[in-house]
Amino acid sequence: MKQNIKYICGVLILSAIAVDIYGQIGAPFIHDPSTIVECDGKYYTFGTGGGGLISEDGWHWSGGAVRPGGGAAPDAMKIGDRYLVAYSATGGGLGGGHAGRILTMWNKTLDPDSPDFKYTDPVVVASSVEDEDCDAIDVGLMLDPTTGRLWCTYGTYYGFIRQVELDPATGFRVEGNEAIDVAVDCEASVMMYRNGWYYLLGTHGTCCDGANSTYTIYVGRSRSVNGPFIDNVGRTMIEGGGRKVLSTEGRRVGPGHFGRYIIEEGVEKMSCHFEADLDQGGRSVLAIRPLLWKNDWPEAGEPFEDGVYEIETARNGYALEMTVDFVRTGGGMGGMGGGRNGGNTAPAQVPNQQLSEVIDSWPKGDCQARNGYYVARPWQRWTVQAVPEAGGYLGGPYYKILIAGTERALAATADAEVQVVSAFTGTDEQLWRIDQLTDGSFRIMPKKVPGHSEPLALVSMGDCTPTLAEFNFSSDNSKWYFRHFEPLK
Amino acid sequence: MTYKTQFLTFLMVSVMLAGIQPGISAQQSSSPAFENYFMPAVTKTAKPDEKGFIRRWLLLEPISKPNRNNRVFTDSYVRDALTHEYFPGQFTAIPKDGDKVKVKMETQAPVNLQAGRPAANQSQTPVMEDAELTWHALDSKLFNIKLFRFATGLGKTRYGVVFWAVTIVECDRDMENVRLAVGTNKGSMWWVNGEELLLLSGDRHMNVDSAVSKRITLKKGRNIIRAGIINGPSMSDFCARFIDDKGNPITNLTITCK
Repeated sequence: MKQNIKYICGVLILSAIAVDIYGQIGAPFIHDPSTIVECDGKYYTFGTGGGGLISEDGWHWSGGAVRPGGGAAPDAMKIGDRYLVAYSATGGGLGGGHAGRILTMWNKTLDPDSPDFKYTDPVVVASSVEDEDCDAIDVGLMLDPTTGRLWCTYGTYYGFIRQVELDPATGFRVEGNEAIDVAVDCEASVMMYRNGWYYLLGTHGTCCDGANSTYTIYVGRSRSVNGPFIDNVGRTMIEGGGRKVLSTEGRRVGPGHFGRYIIEEGVEKMSCHFEADLDQGGRSVLAIRPLLWKNDWPEAGEPFEDGVYEIETARNGYALEMTVDFVRTGGGMGGMGGGRNGGNTAPAQVPNQQLSEVIDSWPKGDCQARNGYYVARPWQRWTVQAVPEAGGYLGGPYYKILIAGTERALAATADAEVQVVSAFTGTDEQLWRIDQLTDGSFRIMPKKVPGHSEPLALVSMGDCTPTLAEFNFSSDNSKWYFRHFEPLK
Repeated sequence: MTYKTQFLTFLMVSVMLAGIQPGISAQQSSSPAFENYFMPAVTKTAKPDEKGFIRRWLLLEPISKPNRNNRVFTDSYVRDALTHEYFPGQFTAIPKDGDKVKVKMETQAPVNLQAGRPAANQSQTPVMEDAELTWHALDSKLFNIKLFRFATGLGKTRYGVVFWAVTIVECDRDMENVRLAVGTNKGSMWWVNGEELLLLSGDRHMNVDSAVSKRITLKKGRNIIRAGIINGPSMSDFCARFIDDKGNPITNLTITCK
């Protein structure tokens, strides 16, 4: 019986792990999350109704963030050494009143345990009356990096999304500023700037209906901060246009309330909620995804999935491999003459070389890692698997990277090189952070390099030579691709 | 169209296309003359070129080690072949131009260029012979050291060979966190100051920075670079330079063969 209990517990734990890799772990339950803000090493996001979530690593989230004022769909950002938090108080939604107010307030810290934690009195920066073509809720903030001007968008399906300008020093509305209409029939608007383009993001579809919500995040762009914001087929957002950023993803339904988080050049994340995570009771959950840029359009990357992969360097297409003797296998021409056309016999499948065919020839101890021509061999097949109990980083868990079918693990060394150790033991140098970059490639970083405090990434120093070095987004040496291994069908 | 005709057509088109591409003139690069590739290292010292490539080397005439194809160059094979002692002082001595070494090596028939691939009878028991090989201190006219033309220019065995190369890098200070970056046509092993740094295996071609060592310190004064390169029926060559931790070439070195 004990064994059965052990087995059942094991299955339950594994099930929980399998569920968790798509979302954040802990208690990531929130609706209408603000843009994630980092404060003194912790991450914060605020939601509708007050309060919000805190995370020490960006992967495990729990309640505890404090935001007074109630109301709906706040946003937050750091300006200088202070935090500006905006929120809205409104009449009552689609069937109710539409007298809304957008308010802003400051705090020196977002840590409610800090003695400096104290919000300033909120001030109203925009509003709507009972019956006009706007409902002042769902505030979004953007500090224009080219001008230093602070912009605020707000609104919902009841009329227009509007834009006003705020004073970044005070958080007040700029005196004399007139609101302009920038979109219609969406909500959860927020703006961002990149590469000469201003982007207006909004969420279309049905909100607040659990697994039946059709929430989907869209975007338009403009060369002017004031629009018009145009989608990929030429419609303005005033015409209801928008290019998709993220829609329902598997068992996670109804993404909305986009937020952008820039870690460093080439490493960006987007936050949102899913209206219903079917693996977490259908509750509304915080989600963090890679933010990709394709032809100057933002797109959500996909959560990294456990699997067996080739790990390919963007430098020259070589594959990361364990340094062992090449073992020849059957199949193919076996000489140029074998490639001739014709023949009436249906060819048979040739099995991939199996691990069992080569493993006995491998050294028992640790091996070097290197890059080589990819030929889908056992020493080039890597099982990449989340280790949720090892903690994580903004948007993901740490992973172990093993030679498929073995416990041989990719590991960082004290001299900032990489090797394949004979067995995974769970130490920090055997755990890897995997971030999808804005161009779709990946950055791979050890959780810790023994004796080093600076962050180092897996970098191809030569065609065949992976090492650990400073990440550089402008170099293909720092980028990798994960390609699914194609087994015998 | 037969396979052979297809291949010849492909070859002709390739040659025609090559002719209209900017680059090294085909006429210039097609001459196998030794002097197109090397000149004697007559000056006392040399510098790396602007990309850091070390062009001054002591090269030993090729040691015959017949291999009919390049499929054999696994890590183990390359290690066995290049840690084998062919001559005394192979891993320690610093030769001088004109020095000679006695080598016991496997006999192979001269290459018949009209017959395509080099001939070898794998089933025959190897016949060993005593040979005397000479070290040559040379400056390469190219960034890469065309060992194949070194061999053909001297009328030596061109295929199925092991080359040995030594040079000395002088530094005016300790240089930390540098890496030896090499590329070789077929397998090779590399040592700096006696420490093995790199083993290159497989049926590979010469690419700049094909393999890069771990971070090392080049010490103030003389640093001995030693390499063995093995090949089957291909055109042996190598390139080598030192790069810094950012991958930039290191050029403030002095190269000598003395």
